[in-house]
Amino acid sequence: MAKRIDVSGLTAFYGSHRAIDDISMSVEPRSVTAFIGPSGCGKSTFLRTLNRMHEVTPGGRVEGKVMLDDEDLYGAQVDPVSVRRTIGMVFQRPNPFPTMSIYDNVAAGLRLNGQKRKRDLDETVERSLKGANLWNEVKDRLNKPGSGLSGGQQQRLCIARAIAVQPQVLLMDEPCSALDPISTLAIEDLISELKSRFTIVIVTHNMQQAARVSDRTAFFNLAAVGEPGRLIEIDETERIFSNPSVQATEDYISGRFG
Amino acid sequence: METTSTSAQAPPPADPADGRSATATAPVKGKAVRPGDKVFRGLSRGSGITLLVIMAAIAAFLAYRASIAVSKNSVNFLTAFEWNPQGDPPAFGIGVLAFGTVVSSLIAMVIAVPVAVGIALFVSHYAPRRLAAPLAYVIDLLAAVPSIIYGLWGALFLVPYLDGLTRWLDQFLGWTTVFEMSNPGSPARSIFTVGILLAIMVLPIITNVSREVFLQAPKMYEEAALALGATRWETIRTSVLPFGRSGIISASMLGLGRALGETMAVATVLSPGFLFSWHILDPGSGTFAQNIAAKFNEADDFGRDALIASGLVLFVITLLVNGAARWIIARRKEYSGANA
Repeated sequence: MAKRIDVSGLTAFYGSHRAIDDISMSVEPRSVTAFIGPSGCGKSTFLRTLNRMHEVTPGGRVEGKVMLDDEDLYGAQVDPVSVRRTIGMVFQRPNPFPTMSIYDNVAAGLRLNGQKRKRDLDETVERSLKGANLWNEVKDRLNKPGSGLSGGQQQRLCIARAIAVQPQVLLMDEPCSALDPISTLAIEDLISELKSRFTIVIVTHNMQQAARVSDRTAFFNLAAVGEPGRLIEIDETERIFSNPSVQATEDYISGRFG
Repeated sequence: METTSTSAQAPPPADPADGRSATATAPVKGKAVRPGDKVFRGLSRGSGITLLVIMAAIAAFLAYRASIAVSKNSVNFLTAFEWNPQGDPPAFGIGVLAFGTVVSSLIAMVIAVPVAVGIALFVSHYAPRRLAAPLAYVIDLLAAVPSIIYGLWGALFLVPYLDGLTRWLDQFLGWTTVFEMSNPGSPARSIFTVGILLAIMVLPIITNVSREVFLQAPKMYEEAALALGATRWETIRTSVLPFGRSGIISASMLGLGRALGETMAVATVLSPGFLFSWHILDPGSGTFAQNIAAKFNEADDFGRDALIASGLVLFVITLLVNGAARWIIARRKEYSGANA
């Protein structure tokens, strides 16, 4: 069910400000693609254009093309709501719905899709929580609020919520930056497991993390503050971290700037 | 003792180089109080105490004057349907007033809360930003209109124009007794009209408080819902309304408080009467505040005490309403957005 993404000539705006400029790349199915780059280079913005979350921000606007297999996500007939049902997202700060129980959080997406039968819900909730390596920790308190979990557990709950609706692609916006190292490790292990079933794109500030979890890495940069972010290069992760083809990538990875 | 230790210790905690013994004894001897802290604590504590004293004074005043009147009353104060404190023996009861007050406020709530929540959601989540700001301003303006103006508008505009609606209600819903009119065509100076007027009057306060709460609903949960493929309404339902629930309740209680105590507008519209009737479309009823305003000037000392007794009941009702609201909010605390 994992699909590939082909982006061509994508430019995103906040009002009149050009946040990212003319980005083209492909994301392979059943693999992890990491976006790295200095703050403000537009990697999160670019990620949010992939499931049409960018346009939720007031003034957010996109030009260019994003193809999910052979479907244009920005086509005139395409409903952004259905795009977001196909492409799941996990955010920087864990955001389980605070007024819902653990169970209801995982079931939230299914209920939005109109699934009501308790048996189906029970099954999917269990499968998703197991898929997010959280089942054993929460199976005795499914009816307790999700906000009572630790940060790392909450983030895995959010992953369970995202994968419960069987998305084609899973977008992760710095999913570990609010977590401690042990929780981070748990999420990274989870990502390695999930990539057999989903296409995963992850934005990270942690270069070791990109090196550990991703198959391909894209490096973004901006010429100066206020300038739009650009894609510098995308390649096999191993290659980016050992022998990148652009000097700026090497400078960034070796810590000479950014 | 405390003052001397304070003055002696005031400098050391800020200065680690002052010597070990001094800094070591400081935490043992207790708090070093800085003058700013002391002044501020005194001020805030004083304000709190003042509030309690004022509340207690009002309650004591009401209770004392009320007890004078009620002790000489010849009928049951809580259930009687007449108001005749000048009589011999004096006879007065708040039955009609309590009914009129509660029913008119309930009608106001039933109409105002859904509309206010709708407006608040529109302003906070649907309206384009160019429209949202002026709209919020207009709602604020609505709150600034004096209640006598609402009363005049109610008496001169609402009463004649509600004629059609009340006839319609009587014709088609008359069988419910509640909407039956004893005398179709009598002017709509009824509890029902008062309820509609009160709904308009409490609309701004409920709208504004709800809008504030909706705007404060954290964006991260809205994004979570959107990313799951929620439509705008589903986003609001899953991550704005649950977060705003206690706010809506508080807002409604503020509105209800105003509706219960509203005086001038009610007194201008309602044609007073002391006959109890379930027919909310019939003229002739009363509310606590309206009754006090209407009778206070012509009442003698004892009559005033009787009115104060009715005021005490309003005070208690308001207290109960607030208590109920707090109870509702506290009951769902574990799931409230405030814990996020």
